Amino acid sequence: MVKLKIDNYDVEVTAGTSILEAARSVHIEIPTLCKHPDVDATAGCGICIVKVNGRIMRSCCTPVAEGMEVITSDAELVDVRRTVLKLILSNHPNACLTCIRSGHCELQDLANTFGIKDAPLPNLTKRWPIDDSTKALVLDSSKCILCGRCVEVCQNQQNVWALGYQNRGLATRISPANGINLADSPCIKCGQCSAHCPTGAIVEYDETQKVWDMLNDKDTYTVVQIAPAVRVAIGEEFGFDFGENLTGKTYAALRRMGFNRIFDTNFGADLTIIEEATEFVRRFTQEPETLPMFTSCCPAWVDMLEKYHHDMISHFSTCKSPQSMVGAMAKTYYADKMGLDAAKIKVVSVMPCTAKKWEIVRSEDMSSSGFQDVDVSITTRELARMIKQAGIDFRTLPEEEADNPLGEYSGAGTIFGATGGVMTAALRTAYYYITGQELGELNFSEIEGLEGVKEATVDIAGKKIKIAVAHGTGNIEKVLNTIRQAKENGEELPYHFVEVMACRGGCIAGGGQPRVMLPGQPKPRGITDDIRRKRAQGLFDEDLHAKNRLSHHNKSIQTLYEEYIGKPNGEKAHHLLHTHYTARERYKK
Amino acid sequence: MGDTSVATQVATKWRKKRGSLIMALHEIQDVKGYVPWEDALEVAKTMNIPLARIYEVLTFYNFFKLEAPGRAVISVCTGTACYLKGNDKVLEEFKKELGINEGESTSDHSFHLQCVRCVGCCGLAPVCVVNGKTYGRVTISDVHNIIDEWRRKIEEEDKELAHG
Repeated sequence: MVKLKIDNYDVEVTAGTSILEAARSVHIEIPTLCKHPDVDATAGCGICIVKVNGRIMRSCCTPVAEGMEVITSDAELVDVRRTVLKLILSNHPNACLTCIRSGHCELQDLANTFGIKDAPLPNLTKRWPIDDSTKALVLDSSKCILCGRCVEVCQNQQNVWALGYQNRGLATRISPANGINLADSPCIKCGQCSAHCPTGAIVEYDETQKVWDMLNDKDTYTVVQIAPAVRVAIGEEFGFDFGENLTGKTYAALRRMGFNRIFDTNFGADLTIIEEATEFVRRFTQEPETLPMFTSCCPAWVDMLEKYHHDMISHFSTCKSPQSMVGAMAKTYYADKMGLDAAKIKVVSVMPCTAKKWEIVRSEDMSSSGFQDVDVSITTRELARMIKQAGIDFRTLPEEEADNPLGEYSGAGTIFGATGGVMTAALRTAYYYITGQELGELNFSEIEGLEGVKEATVDIAGKKIKIAVAHGTGNIEKVLNTIRQAKENGEELPYHFVEVMACRGGCIAGGGQPRVMLPGQPKPRGITDDIRRKRAQGLFDEDLHAKNRLSHHNKSIQTLYEEYIGKPNGEKAHHLLHTHYTARERYKK
Repeated sequence: MGDTSVATQVATKWRKKRGSLIMALHEIQDVKGYVPWEDALEVAKTMNIPLARIYEVLTFYNFFKLEAPGRAVISVCTGTACYLKGNDKVLEEFKKELGINEGESTSDHSFHLQCVRCVGCCGLAPVCVVNGKTYGRVTISDVHNIIDEWRRKIEEEDKELAHG
């Protein structure tokens, strides 16, 4: 432990702690634009300066030392911070009114805090072409303050390496190699760059107008589905606490916006489990050479697999994601059942994710109904924007129910949104398929929580099933290499079943989730482990209290198989609920 | 797509040695005069270094060229002595005659114009160097002749290539 004084308060913290973090422990908030708890300090912005024994230093990258005397704020420090802010603003467009991040922007927030009323320095903002090539994310380098968070996240946390620094000095720009477009780069559209960007430089590709146009078209039958993770995050946009489950209010808001039918992606999650558990049991009992099996609900992980891990393609579950399954079912089963013309149905999905925008057009399999199965995928942030535009008072809205039959779901479907949830849900059903009995304890505590790679062994009818759960694509390489090595040496497989979610914490911390500041929340804005835990808890709590916690007991799912699909993994299931994967190059030539 | 065998060879040579990316890129530029995109991709694959990192290095250092330079590289010294002796005006004349800015190549890839800071013979200021040949006490009226001399050399080279 190291003892020091911060603003005359005695502080004792472990060696190696930065001054910035140490200050937090005595309730002192040092402003910063670049340091984020998820990533290493880049020392990029110069806002977090403090005085250490009289000398001005950056607190984000200066570790505490015994006997240090730190001043975090005085007239001189405030003056320097103001100057640094003015310099940043001199290289930043004056476009707050029309910026999608307005109100959620850390730069705007600091400019307010420090009372920057005018911009006395000439504005020298460089204009770069806006890159919306992915149709999932929009990179506007003109708004970039070069804090480096996105680069840290993309390279070190996600191990994707789409983004990097180009050039140097005044010409520095963050972009893919040689300034090419994101769509031509290895970008997997996970959107973690956008979840961490302090300004509006990387944001979601906004498609709210497309949805309004559908809602305003009288000839269109609009169907909407919400993903598990949306319900425990949307409230943050309206002042609710982190992790509060607002499923009923969200249904009500969607109905008031004018959607003809409100369905739930959780139904699709239950359907995915029926198909995925069946597939796993088949592979485990009949095709052991195709093990381990990887989950495939996460589009960013699918994209990464197709670009980075060609040798693992045969190990990928062929199941479509819950989003895609609901889309396919809405335009086939539901259309048939209700006598609707599928051509007139438009399916909108609300997702915590930017990569879901890519998923809906990723291959021909995504048009299995004969039409594009999901027409538009919007993020939680976009839905919040629409609810506000519609003038709906979300806070006081009474709760409503979803529509049938694609609205019923089990607790297993709900937990799909958090790391460990898909594996838990799948094991519950796989256990039943193998033994004909239900599991006693329905949770697997070893695979919950924020450890990067979690492992467990589950005993099913005397057979040991070895599972792994990885989240944050930077953690998956380790799992894959263990598998590769075992295969090469002809050793026993280290795992039979592996769950992967591209974002740390799972979908609850996806690239499309809110990034608002609630009172009492330490800065910076955006996702932190504390928020991840609360949102995940929101989902696991719903499961714990659900009447039905098993996908295979979902009555609407049972009816769907009886009336329409037939057998899990059967011919119709393969056509509508499964997909193929193709090895692709990381860079388009 | 260009021939990337040089990149394969160079990258294979350096792949086992940590921190040798710059060496590999240097060698490719030594042979090709620049580092083409395909070669950078090949280095990424062979040395198992992300392409984003390779371009961070390539675009950080002024030395690396990402596009094929002209065949005759005209280096105009803008070091203190040469600058004071009027090389700024010589540079302007080269720009005008060739129709390009510094750091650019002519569209037929014959000439590349660049500024350098001191070539170590200030006694001859102002100095220009073209492909290793040094011109001292250059005046504006010399510019046309220098370009002409190298245009003829390039034409002769082309003829030899065509016959050979």
